Amino acid sequence: MNRPPGSLRRRLIWQLLALAAVLSLVMYLSIRAVARQAAEAGQDAVLGAAVFAIVEDLRGGPDGVEIDLPYDAFSMLGSVSQDRVFYRIDVSGTTATGYADLPVPEGAAGAAEPVFATVPFRDTDLRVAALASSVLVDRRSVPVVVALGQTRQGQEVIAARTAARAASLGLGFFALAAALALVTAGSALRPVDRLAAAVRRRGPRDLRPVDHPTPQELRPLVLALDGLITRLRTTLDRTETLIAEAAHHIRTPLATVRARAEIALRQAETPEAREALRRVIRAVEESARSASQLLDHATVIHRSERRVDDRVDLSALVGRVATAMTATAELRDVTLAAAPVAPGLVTRGDAVLLESALRNLVDNAVKYSEAEGEVSLSLTAGGREAEIAIADRGRGLSGADAAGLAERFRRGPNVGDVIGSGLGLTIVGEVAAAHGGRFALEEREGGGTCARLWLPLA
Amino acid sequence: MRFLLVEDNEDLAQSVAARLRLDGHAVDRAATLGEAGDCLAAAPYDLILLDISLPDGDGRDFLAGQRRARSDTPVIVMTARSAVSDRIDVLDLGADDYVTKPFDFAELEARCRAVLRRRGGAGQPVVTLAGLSFSPTTATVVIAGETRDLRNRELRLLEILIAAPGRIFSKTQLCDRLFSYAESVTDNAIEVYVGRLRKKLEGSGTRIETVRGVGYRLTAE
Repeated sequence: MNRPPGSLRRRLIWQLLALAAVLSLVMYLSIRAVARQAAEAGQDAVLGAAVFAIVEDLRGGPDGVEIDLPYDAFSMLGSVSQDRVFYRIDVSGTTATGYADLPVPEGAAGAAEPVFATVPFRDTDLRVAALASSVLVDRRSVPVVVALGQTRQGQEVIAARTAARAASLGLGFFALAAALALVTAGSALRPVDRLAAAVRRRGPRDLRPVDHPTPQELRPLVLALDGLITRLRTTLDRTETLIAEAAHHIRTPLATVRARAEIALRQAETPEAREALRRVIRAVEESARSASQLLDHATVIHRSERRVDDRVDLSALVGRVATAMTATAELRDVTLAAAPVAPGLVTRGDAVLLESALRNLVDNAVKYSEAEGEVSLSLTAGGREAEIAIADRGRGLSGADAAGLAERFRRGPNVGDVIGSGLGLTIVGEVAAAHGGRFALEEREGGGTCARLWLPLA
Repeated sequence: MRFLLVEDNEDLAQSVAARLRLDGHAVDRAATLGEAGDCLAAAPYDLILLDISLPDGDGRDFLAGQRRARSDTPVIVMTARSAVSDRIDVLDLGADDYVTKPFDFAELEARCRAVLRRRGGAGQPVVTLAGLSFSPTTATVVIAGETRDLRNRELRLLEILIAAPGRIFSKTQLCDRLFSYAESVTDNAIEVYVGRLRKKLEGSGTRIETVRGVGYRLTAE
């Protein structure tokens, strides 16, 4: 019972083929039986007619019953086939002429109609027709029985021929049924293939319920699948809540530690103490940043699953991010310039995710710029895409490539002294992918890095 | 600046208040939204630092209520969640900015300054010394009728020095105020900014003196 389930298609085909084979066999056998009966009926008709003819020609004469075999009767028999014919005529219970050992079918005595039987005779089988009658001899009724037998070779030949036809007909029927079985199995299982393809086509983050039109029989499967997806979503939601709560509980004490450390640093007397406190602050900063980026990452993953599809005014978004990040840039004496920003560019997607990606890129550019540096943020349209470019004159990439840096927790080889989580570009890459866009990082001529984000225009 | 700090975590509130006072700010603390309302009714504040989850309600509702009541005291939200959507949320509700805990006080100050500047610098005094007129909120100095822009660190350096003319500040003290502690800088980095500020102050009748082996001071001629 616990065999591996194998292929549904194969099972269906095998079952249909078996059914076709059984039906073909039944058809073959019934055709053969009917043909046999028909052939037998034909022979019987001729035999019966011949027996009648013989009985008709029996006359009462002076010497008893006069037997005058009607040759038309025999020629009638001969016309059917090359079969041999045997006869026997009994008068008053004794064989008057013919083969005395020719068996007479039982029940012939009292019947008004010929009685037929297939009997073994010598080295062959005979079909025998027997008819009882009486002949008036000297006003006396004398009982006679006429039996006429014929070999069955002709019939066998006909039966064989019909059987051959029936067999080829059966084979043809089987072949046709097999072809139909293949087609049927294919079309019956096509909805399954379509459903599988629809599920397969989904992105790794697409956790919407399956809304593919499915036949009734597949609906339990789809319902089960949707149930699974719902449970998965719930788990993901719970995870997100957990991360948010964890972040909250980690951040609040970290904020206290940081404030205290800054106060202590102000009051520290020795360079050693100052250095130690700086390290504390850096460590706090680092863990806080990781927590924050992990949470952002979780949010990005969660939101890209939801597939928000709003109209997002990129021009306004770029302006908003530039304003929001100005303080961060100023803190490092970095000038953040938003120009040129093409007006009225709109894409479709999730404003929250796009803003997060942009902030990450601007934050990186500011972070890796030298003081007095300049970071430029621009938005231009090219073809059916909007291009957002964030360029800095910072330390560049030192040969690291964008794809590598977009991996989780991967950081460039030249950034050890700057606090970072290695998740910023992962977030950017995921947001770009979720919006059908692209993301690239390149070294700028004359030093620095340029990050570009292309998004399809709505 | 006068801050109202609305934060229910006692440890954190104490630390943040102490840290802000170190930079010369006045800080009042409120542990609940109710207390915050009382404080706002009693005194004007330059800025409200607002936590989101408070024992008697959501900071966001408080914020929205403030804005509905046409109270336009600038608000910077302190969030511990930093969920991307939370951030935008508070800006839509009328917050001027937000910082994520734990925050860099240098960054907090920069953000406060940016907020006040965006608000038009209402009520922010202009400091004058000899021929120098200094407006911290607009980050400018006016010398002999000529307006000169200051960059952030020049501005902060001048702010520190002009608060106590004649007082000597050590390089370390200045560094502490100018750079984020998370940045790795040496005390000598301050020399660059002193040099730049000197240039900007030329002709103002004030100058930054180097007190060898001790630090710097701002004097008026």
